[in-house]
Amino acid sequence: MSYFSDIYHGIKSLLTGMTVTGKYFFNARKEIITNQYPEERPEIFERFRGEVVMPHDENNYHRCTGCQSCEIACPNGSIEIIWDRVVNPETGKKVKIIDKHIYHYSMCTLCNLCILACPTDAIVMSNNYEGSVYDRTKLTKVLNKPGSKLHPEVKE
Amino acid sequence: MEIETKNIKQPNLKDRFKTEEYMINMGPQHPATHGVLRLILTIDGEIIKKVEPDLGYIHRSIEKMCERDSYQQIVHLTDRMDYLSSHINNEAVSLAVEKALQLEIPDRVKVIRTIIAELTRIASHTLWWGVFGMDIGALTTYFYGFRDREMINDIFEETCGARLTMNYNKPGGLMFDIHPNFVNRVKDFVAHFKTKLPEYDRLLTGNIIFQKRTKGIGFLTKEDAISFGTTGPVSRGSGVASDIRKIHPYSAYERVDFKQPLYHEGDNLARYKVRIDEMWESLSIIEQLIDNIPEGDYQVPTKAVIKLPKGEYYQRVETARGELGVYINSEGNKNPYRVKFRSPGFSNLSVLNHISVGSKIGDLVAIMATLDLVIPDIDR
Repeated sequence: MSYFSDIYHGIKSLLTGMTVTGKYFFNARKEIITNQYPEERPEIFERFRGEVVMPHDENNYHRCTGCQSCEIACPNGSIEIIWDRVVNPETGKKVKIIDKHIYHYSMCTLCNLCILACPTDAIVMSNNYEGSVYDRTKLTKVLNKPGSKLHPEVKE
Repeated sequence: MEIETKNIKQPNLKDRFKTEEYMINMGPQHPATHGVLRLILTIDGEIIKKVEPDLGYIHRSIEKMCERDSYQQIVHLTDRMDYLSSHINNEAVSLAVEKALQLEIPDRVKVIRTIIAELTRIASHTLWWGVFGMDIGALTTYFYGFRDREMINDIFEETCGARLTMNYNKPGGLMFDIHPNFVNRVKDFVAHFKTKLPEYDRLLTGNIIFQKRTKGIGFLTKEDAISFGTTGPVSRGSGVASDIRKIHPYSAYERVDFKQPLYHEGDNLARYKVRIDEMWESLSIIEQLIDNIPEGDYQVPTKAVIKLPKGEYYQRVETARGELGVYINSEGNKNPYRVKFRSPGFSNLSVLNHISVGSKIGDLVAIMATLDLVIPDIDR
């Protein structure tokens, strides 16, 4: 007898599971969660950490003073700043300026510590999530644009 | 001419089909090991005689790297240990550093940490549920589990900035305040998940194939669960009340009312039921806290260079897999002298040989799935 009751309970349990899957099968259009990726873009939130970028305004000004706080805060050594001292013609004092703000995207863990460390908000996290490239060397980026200058409002 | 067959001695059937024990490797590249775990199996036919885990394929020397880093930088490394409960790992390190600095943490931080930790636990258990079904051959559960986990990941992405390795904690509080949408999204999720969790039961728990694969398999007694040092759902499936949230409450667990699910069968099904019940308990904890998040600061200002006073500090938390212990030995410098993580997965893995000897290879996959192994957590 237990043989037949096992079969009965077995088939019943399978049908119970199939009511769940059947519900979604017949109401498939109500709850579509699949994203057809390249055509449909996912919703990206403003805090999403994609990569480190340095915003420049329309006059090609950035806000980086070259204080190297981000370089010290970074746990992986993915930020390198090459800086120099030049004489400011107005005041005659020597001022620190950045030559290159090098960012190794391949080493970055997107932990946000550099953004928190920056005293002048020179670097921010962008929402770019398509970071794949064909060549590894393209992952090493120079964040300051050529010919850019320190914003006059920002003081060292 | 007739051959006389009568007098020819027939060999004994047992001697003729003599079986031999042999050794095969399961992993490191095996989908059921969920990572790079190599198991050296000694088997006799289908019967397992010995299981020997071989680790080291994803060793990144996180503990050694911690000695190089400052205390703020350590936190993000712990994301990479047990990546499914990354927020709880971050919390453990932050709590240890805060304990050493004797910082008074605002209530707001405690409550937000607890809510996100419980969301992490649900996310981890839904993923485990989906993958467990897949391991024993029910592919449907995978999609159902990931559907609900996606909502939690969206909450994390909006508030913390990342979906998996969030790094939302820091010593002294949180990186940013919660997003304005956070409360509504969490409430939506709780309402959504309350309708979906009974579906999990109907889809898998009662299923006859599932019952045959889990009931009475991978039996772990209460004594062995204690002596092997198992924690989390593995030990609670054997009836050991080991929830750190109850024994040593941290963050906001003192002010919430929740049960720790206990089952005494000690088999795969008991461990499964513990995790399903834990999801219900996590939902109730979130419901109790979400409506009254206290106002206040989201972090306590700390010095830019944190130097812990000389001494030893230990903090234990309950991750989705069990007890995580963080031991920090400080010499008074900006870097720790030694950091040790007591990871739940390592102790839970040690029980694998004990409970799988004598069962079939197919059962080993089911047993491993109920131990809920995350290999980077075991190897660190």
